[in-house]
Amino acid sequence: MTSPRTGPGATPGHSGKRGDRVAVATSTKANVQANGEAAKAVRPRNEKVAYLFLSPWIFGLVVFSLGPILVSLYLSFTNYNLLQPPKWIGLENYVHMFTQSQLFATSLVDTLEYILISVPIKMVVALAIALLLSLEVKGIGVYRTVYYVPSLIGTSVAVAYLWQQMFGPDGLINKGLALVGIHGPNWLAEPRTALFTLAMLQAWQFGSAMMIFVAGLKQIPESLYEAAIVDGAGRLYRFFRITIPMLSPVIFFNLIMSIINGFTQFTQGYIVTDGGPLNATLFFALYLYEEAFNFQNMGYASALAWFLLVLVGVLTFLVFRFGSRYVYYES
Amino acid sequence: MTGTIRTRRGMVLAHAVLVIIGFFLIYPVLWMVFGSFKPTNEIFSSASFWPKHWTFANYPQGWNAIPGLPFGTFILHSLLVSCLVSVGTVISSAVIAFGFARFTFRGKSILFGIMMITMMLPTQVTLIPQYAMFHYLGWINTYYPLIVPAFFGSPFFIFLIVQFIRGLPKELDEAAKIDGCNAFTLFVRVILPLIVPALITTAIFSFIWCWDDFFSQLIYLNSAQKFTVPLGLESLANAVAQEEWGPLFAMSTVSLIPLFLIFFFLQKYVVRGIATTGLRG
Repeated sequence: MTSPRTGPGATPGHSGKRGDRVAVATSTKANVQANGEAAKAVRPRNEKVAYLFLSPWIFGLVVFSLGPILVSLYLSFTNYNLLQPPKWIGLENYVHMFTQSQLFATSLVDTLEYILISVPIKMVVALAIALLLSLEVKGIGVYRTVYYVPSLIGTSVAVAYLWQQMFGPDGLINKGLALVGIHGPNWLAEPRTALFTLAMLQAWQFGSAMMIFVAGLKQIPESLYEAAIVDGAGRLYRFFRITIPMLSPVIFFNLIMSIINGFTQFTQGYIVTDGGPLNATLFFALYLYEEAFNFQNMGYASALAWFLLVLVGVLTFLVFRFGSRYVYYES
Repeated sequence: MTGTIRTRRGMVLAHAVLVIIGFFLIYPVLWMVFGSFKPTNEIFSSASFWPKHWTFANYPQGWNAIPGLPFGTFILHSLLVSCLVSVGTVISSAVIAFGFARFTFRGKSILFGIMMITMMLPTQVTLIPQYAMFHYLGWINTYYPLIVPAFFGSPFFIFLIVQFIRGLPKELDEAAKIDGCNAFTLFVRVILPLIVPALITTAIFSFIWCWDDFFSQLIYLNSAQKFTVPLGLESLANAVAQEEWGPLFAMSTVSLIPLFLIFFFLQKYVVRGIATTGLRG
């Protein structure tokens, strides 16, 4: 992630590295000459030992990741319900997905809206609190603990029910609003507010992103700020010209992870709103689950899974690519 | 840093802001925990988290809400699954990480790259073939689909431990080899004792994630006798009347106790895990 872009500017570093490698190669040669056959014999055995240590992972990769990914590609071209063998139907699942299924489009829009609302709020809050925590106030540990609690428990079923109660017609939120004279809506019964409610649940869990920001802030050399102060730079200037650029790799990391995370949200939509009202919270992962396990459309669900795979892949690639222009990498 | 606070007033202001935000942030949790000690009608009549009339009736009511299946059964099942997942993840990830961190072999950078990519892989992508596979193995409605994959390493934790091992001086390996260690004794006697902090972080996170995981438990477990805590809570919510929040809050609080205990007692390992790899909690 933090590797510098290769380009004309990177050439000197490159040739330097090559020089190192040459040096290593010659010294290896010298070793071989000195130790004779023994050194030669060690390497291939060493390689076998390495693969021995990696073997559980390689097995798991084939059986639980790569294999299933390829199988689901095959299944996406079939009609499959788990009980009968899959039947080849060509592109039908994809045609249905892109041209006929209203729910597919709905789930995609819901998920994107959810991400567009929750991710920016989460990022801004996480960064703001991380900056506050970096002010060297006493008792930072206590604050960090408290602020992390929502992330610790936020994905649990317990919190999903808690949210359902809080945003119910007579729930905590409306009781609180009543104290200041506002008559709150029935949050979970209106399509707009229901999606917003779940986005808030996601944004509430900013603790992990905050901790990553805190760690990132610590990496910024103090000398940069000292130099800027000597030059008469104000707080705002220092924030936008030093903190933000130096922190940009971390910001992009958090951003990508949050977006991918958004596409895999399941529990909240399932427990709090059950996809409703009027499919307003039918998140992509929930839609996929319903097609696969409520309607046994495993072939179609595999097509959805492949759509998700491509989408997440492209997104990750795009954000890195597009982002790299603004992201400052220290090389 | 953007700066330190020099004035006393600035310090008080910073604390005030942090305390107020923290209070609002944590209020829902207080609301649930103390709400479990309120009669249900009080949960709906007041916005204050502090109970006016303390009651402990919600706990036995929630514990025994599902006939024949006290909530303790679900807790035992969750503990069993989460502990085994945690143990499997620690052992396998440590072994694999050692392979990546301390050997040079052909295709290493490609394999490591593949591992980093699988870290980003959404579970939904492999879901259906995995489900079909476990179906053919006869593993549906058993704990195997939840536990067995953990014994083949988890990319996040492999990465975490690789980073940790890379921080150990290579001279250690050389010295151990001179003393007659081979790769296995080097791993067990020298490396393992030194990476204990990373292993604790791994154990904690794999436990928490498994404890919180609703999705795979929902699809793989379908008889109530096998249910874990998340599924037990869902059954409880369906079993009690629509507006009976007291017992549900009580059992929700119980379900979060292990997480709070782990977090408050082993906090430094949690913080390290998030800071070094960006693990999501």
